[in-house]
Amino acid sequence: MKKYNAFFAIPYFLWLVFFVLAPVILIVGYSFFDSNGNFTLQNYATYFASGKYLAMTFNSVLYAFLITLLTLVISYPTAYFLTKLKHRDLWLLLIILPTWINMLLKAYAFIGIFSLHGGINRFMTFFGLAPHQILFTDVGFMIVATYIQLPFMIMPIFTGLEELNPSLIKASRDLGANAFQTFAKVVFPLSLAGVKSGIQAVFIPSLSFFMLTRLIGGNRVITLGTAIEEHFLVTQDWGMGATIGVVLIVAMFIVMIITGEKKKGGRN
Amino acid sequence: MKQPIISFKNVIKCYDDDVPVLKNVSFEIEEGKFYTLLGPSGCGKTTILRMIAGFSEPTEGDIYFEGRRINNVPANKRQVNTVFQDYALFPHMDVYDNIAFGLRVKKLPKNQIDQKVKEALKMVQLAGYEKRGINEMSGGQRQRVAIARAIVNEPKVLLLDEPLSALDHKLRLDMQYELRELQQRLGITFVFVTHDQEEALAMSDEIFVLNNGNIVQSGTPVDIYDEPINHYVADFIGESNILNGTMIKDCLVEFAGKRFECVDEGMRENEPVEVVLRPEDLDLTDEEHGKLKVKVDTILFRGVHYEIICYDDEGNEWMVHTTKKAVPGTTIGLYFDPEDIHVMRFNESEEDFDARLESYED
Repeated sequence: MKKYNAFFAIPYFLWLVFFVLAPVILIVGYSFFDSNGNFTLQNYATYFASGKYLAMTFNSVLYAFLITLLTLVISYPTAYFLTKLKHRDLWLLLIILPTWINMLLKAYAFIGIFSLHGGINRFMTFFGLAPHQILFTDVGFMIVATYIQLPFMIMPIFTGLEELNPSLIKASRDLGANAFQTFAKVVFPLSLAGVKSGIQAVFIPSLSFFMLTRLIGGNRVITLGTAIEEHFLVTQDWGMGATIGVVLIVAMFIVMIITGEKKKGGRN
Repeated sequence: MKQPIISFKNVIKCYDDDVPVLKNVSFEIEEGKFYTLLGPSGCGKTTILRMIAGFSEPTEGDIYFEGRRINNVPANKRQVNTVFQDYALFPHMDVYDNIAFGLRVKKLPKNQIDQKVKEALKMVQLAGYEKRGINEMSGGQRQRVAIARAIVNEPKVLLLDEPLSALDHKLRLDMQYELRELQQRLGITFVFVTHDQEEALAMSDEIFVLNNGNIVQSGTPVDIYDEPINHYVADFIGESNILNGTMIKDCLVEFAGKRFECVDEGMRENEPVEVVLRPEDLDLTDEEHGKLKVKVDTILFRGVHYEIICYDDEGNEWMVHTTKKAVPGTTIGLYFDPEDIHVMRFNESEEDFDARLESYED
């Protein structure tokens, strides 16, 4: 029996080694070499010494935080009302559907919608408002990033809410709690696990958006993702690119730990 | 008579598909007694409980609590608490917080909450378990927490929705004693829902037997067991031998091809009836001394007794519970007293049934 188990684990194990472990080791390795192939700690020194990189890091975290917050604020009520709907599967499908479309396509679609002669501005001029620059602004970037991340926040929260045992809500009402108290004391705390996985699913990828920053943000929004791309593809400074990569990986671990599952049950 | 604490007046409940779950149910519940709603699944017993708790509103009819109509009073405004079938304990809270939930909602001072929670825990024999997580407790312990969480609010009525069904047999028997004792100690009204007739018989002051959205019979466990109103009740509660017969005249009934003396009265002469004989009321004797001659077919050892299946000359099946042993294939006699025979009329209403019984008893 044990042999079989080990046998079935081989594909997963190989995947882990080649596509998870090896790349991480490579990135960490590269971060200790300069562009001439000499071992050095200079990359890290540059990273932490120059205000440029730290500002970029701060920017990344700030934008990722704002995007996460915005998606959360939109997603929680959406997921909540979704659980009350009759044709849930259909609504859910409509929410998941956009994730099947390539991100590049969606970005280009937004360029069309946001541009000076695009849908939104035409709509505004129709009501006598002057056209506004939406494309290549922070706001435009935030809107599109939030739009793209929404399904990844809605899904785990929805699942969490739907798994909630309905008799818990009844029990709360039975014990004298009104609808609001029931939500605050029972529903919300029990949906936190879903909220946490939603935050992980949104915050971590948002740290390293780079295509959107260019296409929608017009390179005005520089995040760590953009910086990595520049280092690897433009300046060819793989060492520095890898260093930023390592910083991102560490940042992700920090997020995972903060939002990680804690043992429930009120142990002392 | 005291004012009933809960009364249902002609309550009808229909869900979307218009098939009524409850068909015109009326009953009264008095303070301080242990009531059981007994019936198979789908009989409407849980619907009644949900209406008392406030999770469901009657389609027609009225529900009164201490004389006040409560049809539209939401669950959180009722002086009623429920022990749910799946316990519905809050998994993100420890035992203490679960029990304190209702008191905190009512904004009681901290020291009072503390005292009440400790008392409730002692009451269900879980003192010292305050900080335990719900997931660290066994089914029986969770059950006790659920009971403590309900009674700590000092409800006027405690509703129990098949709370013992998830426990194993031995624990279930223990809990029957404990629930009964708890109810007597607290003196509050318990309304217990179950499909298990043994539970109902063991614990209740009063049983409502339900079938198909109607209350078929209500009464004390002994009344219902000894004098079931019809085939359904006789069959549902306890084991029974039910035979078709004819009421020749008062105190004389014919079944299995013979006439027997009985104690039932008030029926028409030669009225077709059904006759109930409980398996434990039948005694085994030899052929000459028995009132009925039967052939032993199978014998099962049940621990406390043997369960013997026999057939009489007319092919009627007889189940006998006895500590004596019999040999399959042999012919034996069955003996029973006139009081052991219970005669039931077809389609008799509970009112008529009660009136008829009263007319000749004592």
